[in-house]
Amino acid sequence: MNAVATDTTKAPKTSKDWDMAAIAPFVALALLLVLGYFANPNFVSVANLTNVITRSAFIAIIALGATYVISSGGLDLSVGAMVAFVASLMILFMNSGAVADPMLMLITAMMLALILGAACGLTNGLITTVGKIEPFIATLGMMGIYRGLTTWLSQGGSITVRDRELQQLYRPVYFGDVFGMPIPIIVIFVTAAIAAFVLYRTRYGRHVIAVGSNEEVARYSGISVKKVRTIAYIIQGLCVAVAVIIYVPRLGSTSATTGILWELQAITAVVVGGTALRGGVGRIWGTICGAFILEIVGNIMLLSNFVSEYLIGAIQGAIIIIAMLVQRTLMRK
Amino acid sequence: MSVFAPGGATDHAVPLLEGAGLSKTFGIVDVLKDIDLTVRAGEVHAIIGENGAGKSTLMKILAGNHQPTRGELRIDGKPVSFAGPVDAEEHGIVLVHQEILLAPDLTVAQNIYLGRELGKGLALDDRAMNEGAARAVRDLGGDLDPNAIVSRLSIAQRQLVQIARVLLVPHRIVIFDEPTASLTPHETEALLNVIRDIRAKGVGVLYISHRLPEVKEIADRVTVLRDGRLVASHETSELQPADMARLMVGRDVAKLYPDRHAAEARETVLNVQNFDVPGYAQNASFNLRKGEILGFAGLIGAGRTELMEGLVGLRPGRGKVTFRGHPVAFTGVHSSLKAGVAYLSEDRKGKGLLLTKDLRTNLTLASLGKFIRGFQIDRQRESDALDKAIEDFDIRTGTKNILAGQLSGGNQQKLLLAKMMLLDPQVVIIDEPTRGIDIGNKEQIYKFIASLAGEGRSIIVVSSEMPELIGICDRIHVMRAGRIVGEVEGDHMNENEIVQLATGVKTGAGEAA
Repeated sequence: MNAVATDTTKAPKTSKDWDMAAIAPFVALALLLVLGYFANPNFVSVANLTNVITRSAFIAIIALGATYVISSGGLDLSVGAMVAFVASLMILFMNSGAVADPMLMLITAMMLALILGAACGLTNGLITTVGKIEPFIATLGMMGIYRGLTTWLSQGGSITVRDRELQQLYRPVYFGDVFGMPIPIIVIFVTAAIAAFVLYRTRYGRHVIAVGSNEEVARYSGISVKKVRTIAYIIQGLCVAVAVIIYVPRLGSTSATTGILWELQAITAVVVGGTALRGGVGRIWGTICGAFILEIVGNIMLLSNFVSEYLIGAIQGAIIIIAMLVQRTLMRK
Repeated sequence: MSVFAPGGATDHAVPLLEGAGLSKTFGIVDVLKDIDLTVRAGEVHAIIGENGAGKSTLMKILAGNHQPTRGELRIDGKPVSFAGPVDAEEHGIVLVHQEILLAPDLTVAQNIYLGRELGKGLALDDRAMNEGAARAVRDLGGDLDPNAIVSRLSIAQRQLVQIARVLLVPHRIVIFDEPTASLTPHETEALLNVIRDIRAKGVGVLYISHRLPEVKEIADRVTVLRDGRLVASHETSELQPADMARLMVGRDVAKLYPDRHAAEARETVLNVQNFDVPGYAQNASFNLRKGEILGFAGLIGAGRTELMEGLVGLRPGRGKVTFRGHPVAFTGVHSSLKAGVAYLSEDRKGKGLLLTKDLRTNLTLASLGKFIRGFQIDRQRESDALDKAIEDFDIRTGTKNILAGQLSGGNQQKLLLAKMMLLDPQVVIIDEPTRGIDIGNKEQIYKFIASLAGEGRSIIVVSSEMPELIGICDRIHVMRAGRIVGEVEGDHMNENEIVQLATGVKTGAGEAA
């Protein structure tokens, strides 16, 4: 990774600084692909790359929400626990038999997941904005609460979709494809396109950047800072719910350890993508790129024999620190 | 040039500090060209010039922050070159920055000794530092508890701490960079006394300021910079403030303030009765008429800004407010802007503009609703609006694609004005409209304010600069300690009257309430 990081700083200095910061993650991704090819030629096969991108879907989608929260000047550490919590409730509902028709049951369960995600996001948002508690502490507390509730719901074990028919019906949402394109990949790009449109093209998106850039200026311009931030947390919750909807059919079950350290990966993806951790700059496609980079690094480690795959966590931790250093070097110019 | 050395200083021919042919080039731009400058012991030498004239670059060269591209610095006639600010300090040259650079959570003494703490073995010697800090502040004619936390101090008190901190370094030359920019007249006078004391000790003082009457009062010599060149250097006794202004701008500044016809008795637009902003303002009542410019004078901390912020809903406030005949209670800027009352903060950089965003984003931030088509922001319309704003408000920028933070102070203020005017407000409250702005831009901003009033809008100007209030306002309310203590109008609008009300020497009609 060191080689990659240093190389991105040496990207051509033809344009302005902010262009460099925007391009850097894509340069890093390209270099990783080359590195991957030399490590193992199979790496660049269509089958392997599709597989890698499919597996990055959860982090990529959660990180889209994190891009909103972070660029509005907030932080959400509870997303990993929220995945486990929402997924558990969704499966419990599916097992309850409240709706007889399997198709209808599936749709209702998905709607429920979205509502639960939005509610969790709203809770986080209100605690930080109305409760005026630092986002770090507020979402750290909520992380404990969501995780604890999940453990309690599963009684320390796992929660599994019991209905066979429902399982079969739900399976394609993760394993299926449309014209050869796996559904999770389609979901990544559709949610990212919506997220990019909202952030770059709408009034709300402009307000997110303004609030993250300087809260006081936003307030003096007649923007409700609390509302903008709370909505960002709700968007984060909805993204978590979308991730849950494609996560549940993958294994058909959840446990108390589902989604552990996903918050670290989501924040890493956001920062690697060039979004400023202090707020005010949001890069949706950079975030997607960041999520791919994380998954690809893991994949290269698996396919090559340089580094033990047990070190993946350590490498990911190193990536976030390197990304921050690179970001700062680019901004200083 | 005659040798004029007040304060009993010597008149030997070798100046304390001398710059010969100082030039500085950034890239291909000549920021400074062939500046010759001397500072003698026991004199105050003022450097004046518009923003961008090269004053700060010159100061940075003298204080060791920059190396000159060409030219030579001499101390006591011997050539020197500074590797950095610390090196310059070792030669006895210290700089009092324009911005307050203190750690807000530390005490007065901790700040004064920051980075050069006194110790007894491994432990800090707090008693010695507190005594030293108290003495340093007392020497400057101040009275501060060395244990006071800096964030609780007023701007003027913080500046005193900053000066005390700088003067703790053994010094022969002190450079003041616009030290009075955020001080009231009273505080300014106190600071000028401090500078007189420093001069009397035989120290050479370089004094940079926009405020020409003050320069006339304190300086022994004046050097004028324009576009990086030295255009004049005179004994202060030979120049009047008007001459200085002419030299700075390079043409006659015929009149700083626009001609205005006294507003006739027109209908009331905004009526405020018994308005309280807890902790800052009590029982404020006033009336704003259509097409009128109403001034709010007072010392810093008199509650003027807080009263206005309370009115527009930026702070909790209570009272009866009637706007265009209807009772209103603004719960936030959102509601006051919607009704047609705009407030432009005194803190342009902190509360007015997003410095790291481009001009377009800043211009439309408060009025984005007007630029929405379908779900989208119409960027073309935004660009058109920017073109129009640049023309209407004469925002001088080489390219439209720069960040708001890269504009000069005057152009930032014009952009902020343009931003708020996009909402077509009927009442415009402008807090310190020309703070830190050079004279050319000031003149323009006064003209804009007058023409807005001419369009039938009502303007409130909050300012600590009395000449500007007297120059542009129809009436002036004076605040002291959170209360409106008087109103001056017509012939009574003079500095003396306002100062007496603001300081409590004279009590006004409002005080009985």
